[in-house]
Amino acid sequence: MLTGAHFLDGDQAACEGALAAGANFAAGYPITPSTEVVERFAARIPTVGGTFLQMEDELASSIAILGAAWGGAKAFTVTSGPGFSLMMEHLGYAAMTETPCVLVDVQRGGPSTGLPTLPGQADMMQARWGSHGDYEIIALCPNSPQECFDLMIDAFNLAERYRTPVLFMMDECVGHMTEKVVIPSAEKIEIVPRRFTSLPPGEYKPFQAGEDGVPEMVKAGDGYRIHVTGLTHDEQGYPAMNWRGQEKLLRRLVDKVRKHPPVRYEERDLEDADVVVLAYGITSRVALRALQMARAEGIRAGLHRPIIVWPFPEKRIRELAAKAKAFVVVEMNYGQIVHEVERLAGGKVPVTLVPHAGGTVHEPEVILKAIREAAQ
Amino acid sequence: MSTAVASERPVNPVEPFLRTDRMPHIWCPGCGIGTTVNCFARALVESKQPLDKVAIVSGIGCTGRVAGYVKLDSFHTTHGRAIPFATGLKLANPGLSVVVYSGDGDLIAIGGNHFIHAARRNADIKVICVNNFIYGMTGGQVAPTTPVGATATTSPYGSYERPFNLPYLAESSGAVYVARWTAFHVRHIAHSMAEAFSKKGFCFIEIIAPCPTLYQRRNRLGDGLDTMKLYKQRSVIKNGASTRDLDVGLQGEIVVGKFVDIERPTLQQNMEQQLRQTLKDRFAGLGGA
Repeated sequence: MLTGAHFLDGDQAACEGALAAGANFAAGYPITPSTEVVERFAARIPTVGGTFLQMEDELASSIAILGAAWGGAKAFTVTSGPGFSLMMEHLGYAAMTETPCVLVDVQRGGPSTGLPTLPGQADMMQARWGSHGDYEIIALCPNSPQECFDLMIDAFNLAERYRTPVLFMMDECVGHMTEKVVIPSAEKIEIVPRRFTSLPPGEYKPFQAGEDGVPEMVKAGDGYRIHVTGLTHDEQGYPAMNWRGQEKLLRRLVDKVRKHPPVRYEERDLEDADVVVLAYGITSRVALRALQMARAEGIRAGLHRPIIVWPFPEKRIRELAAKAKAFVVVEMNYGQIVHEVERLAGGKVPVTLVPHAGGTVHEPEVILKAIREAAQ
Repeated sequence: MSTAVASERPVNPVEPFLRTDRMPHIWCPGCGIGTTVNCFARALVESKQPLDKVAIVSGIGCTGRVAGYVKLDSFHTTHGRAIPFATGLKLANPGLSVVVYSGDGDLIAIGGNHFIHAARRNADIKVICVNNFIYGMTGGQVAPTTPVGATATTSPYGSYERPFNLPYLAESSGAVYVARWTAFHVRHIAHSMAEAFSKKGFCFIEIIAPCPTLYQRRNRLGDGLDTMKLYKQRSVIKNGASTRDLDVGLQGEIVVGKFVDIERPTLQQNMEQQLRQTLKDRFAGLGGA
């Protein structure tokens, strides 16, 4: 395994993070600006032990990893905008069948083919709601190559802990910017292993969960002869297609995340802040520049950066809404995460959106202007 | 007394292979899918498969429900995507025998791209396609296998598209084993399935089967029993026939048999060989479970 300090872009760092997390299977289909992740994986994995397969499309990639996961692998796929749209059905299948896996989306400008080589952050609501039906999802949002490495390990760990698909929402800037990445030695990296059952066949029910709502797993070939289906199912895994079965399963799938939500954010200068600037991914780094300029003008403003974006840090946003005078939400789309902030600020404080259609990052001055206005 | 009666209850020899707690099944009277499942169970016995190491993967549709009824590790996946799921499963866990069991609409229409690519790369999976020429689960719509002239709910005046000849498609794409039978040919089906279990690589077995409720009735082809009689009359066994000549019409001859049985390294064998040759001592293996 690679250790020490390296000069890597975010895509390469995400690949190293996956390797450090123990990923031993990836399937992918070429798409800019995400392809470097699987290119590196294809080069690295045979020397580490594992499999990469380039599939015929993103539909195939996103379900090959689920087959691999049930075969016992730690698996992920990587894509961008149009490919992310194609993967939505299998995001739902993974949520329904509680298959641990990681899907990386290096966001580019959209909709449709949009801006293949330029950044966007407009898949954030698709990440939350993109597949049909109700489910909870976990999504992380790195803002540097170092975080692409670090958070990728967390993404795999969260996938194992919650038995959900975990989304890794990068953007083209973070994917293609090159910075120093420090890779610690393996013994310093915490890995959450798959929770395989200790119950014998006959006693084990594949979708029976304990108090945390997360069932223990087996892999194919272990002698349990399990059934896994995307249909609404009971604890045995058998179809249970009526409102009672639906209520029971959906309640658990949602509650296992909602009742124990993973929370991760970074905050700066919020102790005395009148204005809370909320930004994530590359946009958070541009916002930091604007915040420095605001502080130089004597404006008390600080940053809240959600790192785990889904589930959204509701409790913390409510706390901030009780203290601050205003929120400024900066994102590279025409308003997605801002809806969450508006919902949670609940009319207590004004919420201003600083939107951007994508293709490049915000000008710090535009953010500064919004901070100035919000501070008044 | 009651115990004695129970012990005399005749046991269907395929019962140990079925999830009897899921019976009755959803298939209509006269449907051919159950017949093929019976053959599949016999093939498992005949080929002495360790059942804990056989995994079955289905897509969506009537045949897609097979995975739910057989007592194996079974995966009922999304529409059209059983093959890529199976490809991932087999690569991650090479000790498994992986069977894809699905219908013509699932495997060849929505899943057609995966079918040709899995055959091309010679993924080590056995693909069993129950072809009833129609979408059954959704109520009888036209399929890419529907013969020209046959009516379906979405081709009410008769289908006008040329259907796929599945053995030809499989062979041209790279399958190492290709056979076709009808639901009448139960011993042949079981034998072909057992043969496929003994082979490495992409094996394809097409089983032409009745959908009395939707295809046969709408096209005035009689019920399930009539269809069996028709299959018997219409079928001609031509082992080794050129797959090019295997079109199936609404009426007329149905050529059945084993058409392809060749050896070719599998995806995994090719992958290992290439990586070992290039990386030499640096190759750390494919990491399978």
